[in-house]
Amino acid sequence: MTVVHARSKGLTDRETHYCPGCTHGIVHRLVAEVLVEEGLLNEAIGCAAVGCSILSYNYLNVDMVESAHGRAPAVATGVKRVHPNKPVFTYQGDGDLASIGTAEIVHVAHRGEKITTIFVNNAIYGMTGGQMAPTTLPGQKVTTAPDGRDPAHAGLPLRVAEMIAQVPGAAYVERVSVHNPAAVRKAKKAIRNGFLCQMAGHGFSLIEVLSTCPTGWGLSPIESLKWLEDNMIPYYPLGVLRAPEEA
Amino acid sequence: MAELRGRVRIAADRCKGCGLCTIACPEEVLVIDHRTVNLKGYSPAVVAQPSGCLGCGNCALMCPDSVITVERFGKQRRAAHV
Ligand SMILES: Cc1ncc(C[n+]2csc(CCOP(=O)(O)OP(=O)(O)O)c2C)c(N)n1
Ligand code: SF4
Ligand code: SF4
Ligand code: SF4
Repeated sequence: MTVVHARSKGLTDRETHYCPGCTHGIVHRLVAEVLVEEGLLNEAIGCAAVGCSILSYNYLNVDMVESAHGRAPAVATGVKRVHPNKPVFTYQGDGDLASIGTAEIVHVAHRGEKITTIFVNNAIYGMTGGQMAPTTLPGQKVTTAPDGRDPAHAGLPLRVAEMIAQVPGAAYVERVSVHNPAAVRKAKKAIRNGFLCQMAGHGFSLIEVLSTCPTGWGLSPIESLKWLEDNMIPYYPLGVLRAPEEA
Repeated sequence: MAELRGRVRIAADRCKGCGLCTIACPEEVLVIDHRTVNLKGYSPAVVAQPSGCLGCGNCALMCPDSVITVERFGKQRRAAHV
């Protein structure tokens, strides 16, 4: 008998506050599993963001620092410079990273900081009740755009992975999703590559994970997976956007 | 009786009843039990067809709350159940 799957030691025993079916929980688990499998759990230092994942420090079984809104990459920079040999990561939502924290994410890549960012893109501000994010899709209904995002005055959504991939200091950039088991397997591989890239000293790594927000989207958890697949993936194509030569 | 290939267990008290495991399962082993409610207030997923489990782990991959354990049986153990 082989245990195919059991709860990771990289997660604490705490039950999460996430809504039923919110895929933040899947992404947490993948980070936890990668850290355990790579032997980095006792070394890693995480920087939590502001958003629904603000309490990620209660769920990931590693030392973590809570950062001001959008500033996790700046906090992570400080942590990494004090502990240059430790794996350092940020875990940020799209409101946090692509809106208030745009300067920090661009410049952490620009400086080529050897940290890994897990960027959870659910196309909305989940925590504050479903407002428009820079990543909200055209026509997507949110509380601040009840008729749907109108690109004529709100612009078109920001493709963060593409933006960061062309910054010279970025070493590994990939966009993945978690809408079915095959996608989850690929997402885990990408997160592993991000951390390995960091530990090899190549530079900054960012893994964008397309994620659901059933509550903010007003859909059931199962409908949300379908909505992600049908609407988000066409606008946010999956794949590796940048990798070191040997990776 | 068919060979037992895998065994799936759900910590029902921690399940949020989201149903993501039920659609991930290729064998329809798991269903949401609408007749019960756990302490969290959700109708949890239950193992409706234990003998159908392949031990593939797909359900656990999709569970946002990490409450699913999956085991796969080797040939010997399978034979014992035939
Ligand atoms: C300085 C500051 N401005 C605004 C807020 C309000 N606020 C809290 S979370 C959030 C956005 C969260 O959205 P996202 O990063 O997408 O995370 P999600 O909740 O969707 O996971 C905002 C605007 C705040 N806490 N601090
Ligand atoms: S509001 Fe959205 S992102 Fe936040 S926990 Fe609920 S489903 Fe997840
Ligand atoms: S391990 Fe596979 S076959 Fe068994 S319940 Fe889970 S998804 Fe279904
Ligand atoms: S995926 Fe997990 S939380 Fe959701 S119904 Fe299945 S066992 Fe429960």
